[in-house]
Amino acid sequence: MKILVCVSNVPDTTTKIKLSGDMHSVDLANVQWIINPWDELALTRALELKEASEGKIEKVTVMLVGAKSAEPTMRKALAIGADDAVRVDAEPLDAYFVAGQIAGAIKDENYDLVFCGIESSDYNGSAMGSMLSEFMNIPSVSSVSKVEMDDDQIVVNREIAGGFEVVVPELPFVAIVQKGITKEPRIPSMRGIMMARKKPLKVVEASGLEALTEFVKYEPPQPKAACKMIDADNVAELVDLLHNEAKII
Amino acid sequence: MNFEFTEEQIMIRQAARDFAKKLEADVIERDTKAEFPTQHVKELSELGFMGMTVDPEYGGGGMDTISYVLAIEEISKVDSSISVIMSVNNSLVCWGIEKFGNAAQKEKYLPDLANGERIGAFLLSEPEAGSDATSQRTTAEDKGDYYLMNGTKNWITNANCGSVYLVIAQTHPEKKHHGINVFIVDKDTPGISLGPHEDKMGMRSSDTHSVMFTDVKVPAENRIGEDGFGFKFAMKVLEVGRIGIAAQALGIAGGAYERALQYSKERKAFGKLLADHQALAFKLADMYVKIENARNLCLKAAWLKDNDKPFGLTSAMAKQYAADIAMEVTTEAVQIHGGYGYVKEYHVERLMREAKLTQIYEGTSEVQKIVISRTILKD
Repeated sequence: MKILVCVSNVPDTTTKIKLSGDMHSVDLANVQWIINPWDELALTRALELKEASEGKIEKVTVMLVGAKSAEPTMRKALAIGADDAVRVDAEPLDAYFVAGQIAGAIKDENYDLVFCGIESSDYNGSAMGSMLSEFMNIPSVSSVSKVEMDDDQIVVNREIAGGFEVVVPELPFVAIVQKGITKEPRIPSMRGIMMARKKPLKVVEASGLEALTEFVKYEPPQPKAACKMIDADNVAELVDLLHNEAKII
Repeated sequence: MNFEFTEEQIMIRQAARDFAKKLEADVIERDTKAEFPTQHVKELSELGFMGMTVDPEYGGGGMDTISYVLAIEEISKVDSSISVIMSVNNSLVCWGIEKFGNAAQKEKYLPDLANGERIGAFLLSEPEAGSDATSQRTTAEDKGDYYLMNGTKNWITNANCGSVYLVIAQTHPEKKHHGINVFIVDKDTPGISLGPHEDKMGMRSSDTHSVMFTDVKVPAENRIGEDGFGFKFAMKVLEVGRIGIAAQALGIAGGAYERALQYSKERKAFGKLLADHQALAFKLADMYVKIENARNLCLKAAWLKDNDKPFGLTSAMAKQYAADIAMEVTTEAVQIHGGYGYVKEYHVERLMREAKLTQIYEGTSEVQKIVISRTILKD
């Protein structure tokens, strides 16, 4: 059995996002890049499954659509424990583009299980996993909070309102995972970092697919209005302000 | 000249930072109870930090000294009880055996030390010989097949959790420091006993004891190097150890500075943020400059070692300067926090207590100045 984990290269979650003056781009100078946190959890779980599988899972591959500058993120994934990595050499334009590129790159690889994080922490589109399963013409299960291996089956818990359902999808399928699938992301060990030097990182050309969305501009949220404190005894003033100033009653 | 870290060094620093984040949850409790961090040390071993500089041939991480400085710095920002366990194991014990041990000694001890299966301790200080390491009273009498060891060692980090002891002892008292030897001693050898756990001011959850040797038979093959090599061994090993302790002091200073910086951006006094009071902003500026200077010294010492250049003078400077500024920076961090800085919840008082030890162990600041002054006056 082979597992593919799709990873995105995203700004560190504590980054202060600065927009360019014309609001058309994000200022990426001095940004520290990390593996998308949901993808990192997916990778950790994939490795746990492999280690517990007594050889049934032979390989965990990570795949990323991105420029060469994203390779440190891929090497970190290799240091964490992935066996090999594949980078599709293209800027990740939108979810459709990324899903199409991944599907194209793996069509001859026969992965049994494909992990995607439920969203990426940069644009939070939550679309790539489902699109990938459509491109591959295989099932997908979203909001997955638990993945276990039972003989040759993969059993997943899918979060639903008020509880979860247990699903045993036919292989291959795409598992779109959220928090809970593992305790915490794995920290790369010194040995892992050393081994990552020698693990294969393959670069493949992008296909001619085009993005479906067009980027227009960024708009920051309205700044929070100043808070006006009114004495608890002064209800009349509150009503007056809500009526005449805020005009909401 | 290049001030850029490699991608691998950045990855190691981040791994250490992620590990250190997990220490925060129970660091205050462990400090209060002086509780040994068994679980954290297990994880530290699994991640390979306990033998990160050891040659991969012996199961180590094969990382350079710069990476080692970065890892120790990050861990020490949160908990120096953990980083001292790691520092003693890496730079004193593993490096000493790897550099000066024979093939059989390396094969027997290094793999277990590198993967944390066993932990090492370095037994030099005595009740009446701390920084004055030439006055060793512990004796190792040459009996042919074995040495008969008697005496007491003091302030031994990892004395209880550790099981591989590097013991410095006098074999030929008439030859003074040329008669000193160093031995690898297994802790379970009959005749070894431990004093009580020292109730320390800081680094309280690292395990420190005195160790008594009563007619302990140490096999002759456990002596490292030629007869009389022990003093030179100790001096060489401490040159490396100083880089680790300098990095630890740097981390302690950095941890206190980061907390003070954060606090000064949140807390208001007299209608404005602490950071907007020039008196406090200038304190932060001074702290920042000192930390940057200490970091440059630490990294230079590490770079010299990685490039096989003499590093003794620089590691002494790094250790003395980083330890002294750690004391200054942590004291100012407590000052910036005011009353909150004086209570445990805000961490800076603990960092201040930890800083004090870096001025004392592995050669006091005064001993470092002896090393520095003798070196610069020699020419």
